Amino acid sequence: MTESIHTLQEFMFQTKGMCYLLALCFFVGIITFWRFLNRNDLDQDMD
Amino acid sequence: MSEHSTAVERPLFSPFNVIASLIILFGLWLTYLRFTGGLAAVSNLDHNNPWGIWIGFDLLCGVALAAGGYTTAAAVEIFGMKKYHAAVRPAILTGFLGYSMVAFALLYDVGQPWRLPYPFIISPGVTSVMFEVGACVMLYLTVLFLEFSPVALEWIGARKLRRVIVRLTILLTIFGVLLSTLHQSSLGAMFLLVPSKLHPLWYSPYLPVFFFVSSIAAGLSMVIFEGTLAHRNFHDKMDKEHLEASRRVVLGFGRGASLVLAGYFAIKVFGIAIGNNWHYLATNYGLWFMVEMLGFVALPCFLFAIGVRERNATVIKWAAFGTILGIILNRLNVVLICFNWQLPAEARYFPNWKEIGISVFVVTVGIVLYRFIVTRMPVFYEHPDFKEKH
Amino acid sequence: MSRSRRDFLKLITGAGVAVAVPLTAEGHDHFTGYPDSYGILHDITLCIGCRSCEAACNKVNNLPAPEKPFEDLTVLDQKRRTDENTYTVVNKYDVGNSSVSPLFRKFQCNHCMEPACASACFVAAFTKTPEGAVIYDPSVCVGCRYCLIACPFEVPAYEFHDPLDPRVVKCTMCYPRIIEGKLPSCVEACPQEALTFGKREDLIAIARERIRKHPDRYINHIYGEHEVGGTSWLYISGVPFEKLGFRTDLGITPAPELTSGALAMVPIIIGMWPVLLGGIYFITQRKEKMAARELKDAVNEAIENTQASANEVKAKALAAAKQDKEKAIEKAVEKALKEAAKQAKETKEDNGKEDA
Repeated sequence: MTESIHTLQEFMFQTKGMCYLLALCFFVGIITFWRFLNRNDLDQDMD
Repeated sequence: MSEHSTAVERPLFSPFNVIASLIILFGLWLTYLRFTGGLAAVSNLDHNNPWGIWIGFDLLCGVALAAGGYTTAAAVEIFGMKKYHAAVRPAILTGFLGYSMVAFALLYDVGQPWRLPYPFIISPGVTSVMFEVGACVMLYLTVLFLEFSPVALEWIGARKLRRVIVRLTILLTIFGVLLSTLHQSSLGAMFLLVPSKLHPLWYSPYLPVFFFVSSIAAGLSMVIFEGTLAHRNFHDKMDKEHLEASRRVVLGFGRGASLVLAGYFAIKVFGIAIGNNWHYLATNYGLWFMVEMLGFVALPCFLFAIGVRERNATVIKWAAFGTILGIILNRLNVVLICFNWQLPAEARYFPNWKEIGISVFVVTVGIVLYRFIVTRMPVFYEHPDFKEKH
Repeated sequence: MSRSRRDFLKLITGAGVAVAVPLTAEGHDHFTGYPDSYGILHDITLCIGCRSCEAACNKVNNLPAPEKPFEDLTVLDQKRRTDENTYTVVNKYDVGNSSVSPLFRKFQCNHCMEPACASACFVAAFTKTPEGAVIYDPSVCVGCRYCLIACPFEVPAYEFHDPLDPRVVKCTMCYPRIIEGKLPSCVEACPQEALTFGKREDLIAIARERIRKHPDRYINHIYGEHEVGGTSWLYISGVPFEKLGFRTDLGITPAPELTSGALAMVPIIIGMWPVLLGGIYFITQRKEKMAARELKDAVNEAIENTQASANEVKAKALAAAKQDKEKAIEKAVEKALKEAAKQAKETKEDNGKEDA
């Protein structure tokens, strides 16, 4: 994996790109999780 | 106070007192060995493994698990969640005792404990992350002492002094959160120096952030866990407000811990991505990493969420317990288990039973102090002379 | 351009430089270490594993005599590291190739250009001297052993057996001898000239020259030239360094750079947290106050409304009562008048009767 990379530019191109993809997944995931966590409370008043 | 008259009798020769006394006597003997024979007489520390469980467990886990003090104080005093007010005093007490025990354990670990003030009065090494950790821990211990002092002052009835300190509450809380942010993260930053010794799955430029975020989860979980134990043992000491608030605390803190763990899981994954360390996941250390991440981060996170959704306090308490184990596992991984991973097996560290003995002794002293305080001072109830509106 | 204007410009550009220096210090400036500092070049191809350097080091530093004498070369069969009684060790490596094997490598503190131990020490017990030696001051040491953790070469040792005055132990590059103008004892003792003492820059030139002249004898790598930011000890070898127990995965980042980012965050947190937390506190306080005021206003309004309607009812009742009263009076007057008239009539009639 790392063996085929020879420049910092290329390394960062790969890792940062991966991070943006993961960040996007996380953003979708956390919304789903938030709804899962709070669903019972959104209908009724939060205590 | 009506609860007082119904307080259970605590006999002098209870099983707890007997066992605690034996452990403390044993600890004093180990103390004698430590300060007459040196570190080698009681520990398996060596030149390759200079830090063992006193740093890994007593210091790193102690500080992380004492994070309940600043998280609870911040939630109530700064973010205005007054409904958790009853949780503040127990959390501050646990924090204060936790940090005191950290300092106590350090007296055994460092070579010349009487020189511990040297960094601040004789020769400050300001380039060291440890200098900052030391300064923050020392200041925060003072802040916790002040934050806790109204409890003791109510107990002895020093009204005037108490009033002065209570007026400082918000200042102390903000200062406490500032110091905690700094040293919780810096404990992780201490390992930034060792990219060649700490396994890449645990080493990350994000280490300070990992340590800080996980300390919040640890603090919230400790409040829940400690509350559970306290209910079992000191139910008779709790007033109506405390008892009514405890369910609210479990649900509210469970919700908070669930979200924090979700964020922590995400940034840990980002950490692998940023270092391009995916290929290590297929190794034995990778398997161990996944045990930590899935079993002790993702699972408690999910359990918390279920417990909050279903209003099930038991599930939340188990999740809190899992989180605490996870934090301990993480800190031990960073300092001991995945540290020096490049060394051959025979050069690796495993604690000596006397080392474990001193750790057990330190924790026991903490528990004894905790019992002494909560059975005498107004921690789980409001002192009748100092009732306040919240 | 007027003089005052020129002075003013000088002043602000001067201030600009004063501000710019500490800012660039973390970013763009790079530090190359003390000029003319010394180093030692270890040519591994020349070392015969005689342990003369070990013996000389032991003697010069007044270290306790080892279990086996320095002439006993069976010690070399084990891989050893430095410890509280040993500043330097020579280890033997079987590299397979029978023409050069076995090879011997001297191991001791490498005296980093940017020492990790100094970066880690919270009492600043370690100093990189202008001469190149990294020296340790036991009089301030607390014994936290963070230096042992930090050292990428696993060099410093600790006196774990000493209960009262344990110290960190490592090679001093014979600093006391260097400032007296003498050679480090190991260099002086080496019978093969496998060790060369000199200015680090000259040593790098010498090493390059040897590699250039004998490409068949050396691999093209000076270990220590760049490793962890460079070290005062330099090594050249005929086989890859990892075969001789060197770590070749340490990178070239000097230790202080690893923590500078985290340390730079400290003042930011000190500056921003009170603002952020104070702000949040202010907002929650204000929210609470507003909520309390809204509640009060609502209560007041409710009271006012009730009062107003009560007043209205009262007024109506009063008006009604007044009307009733007037009617009653009118009626009473009418009645009284009627009564009076009746009475008058009756009186008249009575009078008439009496008159008749």
